[in-house]
Amino acid sequence: MEKLCIKAKLENLVDVTAFVESQLETLDLPMKTQMQIDLAVEEIFVNIANYAYSPEDGLAIIEVELTEDPRVIITFIDNGKPFDPLAKEDPDITKSAEDRKVGGLGIFMVKKSMDDVFYEYKDGQNILRIEKRLGAIER
Amino acid sequence: MNIIKKAEGTKLTISIEGRLDTMTAPELEQVVKTSLDGVETLVFDLKALEYISSAGLRVLLAAQKVMNKQGDMSVTGCSEDVMEIFEVTGFSEILHFV
Repeated sequence: MEKLCIKAKLENLVDVTAFVESQLETLDLPMKTQMQIDLAVEEIFVNIANYAYSPEDGLAIIEVELTEDPRVIITFIDNGKPFDPLAKEDPDITKSAEDRKVGGLGIFMVKKSMDDVFYEYKDGQNILRIEKRLGAIER
Repeated sequence: MNIIKKAEGTKLTISIEGRLDTMTAPELEQVVKTSLDGVETLVFDLKALEYISSAGLRVLLAAQKVMNKQGDMSVTGCSEDVMEIFEVTGFSEILHFV
């Protein structure tokens, strides 16, 4: 399992995405799967960068693990304020443009594009784990 | 990301190439904010758009709201993968695809 420890700042998104992509390089993933993973990584890291430590600075740890099944498991850890992004109600995606709110859309996209998403707050850490099954049937 | 604007009378076409994400969306937001005066037909050409996250969706929604008041907005040429993001988020019901 490889790990990146980086300042939770928006400008580091490029490095975070590059790190995750470098871990998955050998798998030669379909474009769609790669895009779904990039999307989940962006939405989660941006959430941490915007809210976890605000207005202070802090670190985020990103771990990438590949299992035999095969699955990609990516874990995001921060020491910021306890925040369970999964507790938020899903946005109403049937509303018209005028009534739509885009808040909460990011984490909703994570839930839709990943096979599993877990959150726990443990020992002062927010731990968010996403899993994507690879191969066989694409969702 | 590259943004290419093409104006023909009251019609404006904005082509977006590359990745529309948290880092690049503010640039498009700026273009949308400053370019829509007097525009009655707005077309987003997304055939070279490779990726869109919620930050990009937010800008498209803002543009749609402006155009609802002053004309029409449509989206053209998006890839299957981008289209799926529009579908998952319900944007396929809000945006008009041609």
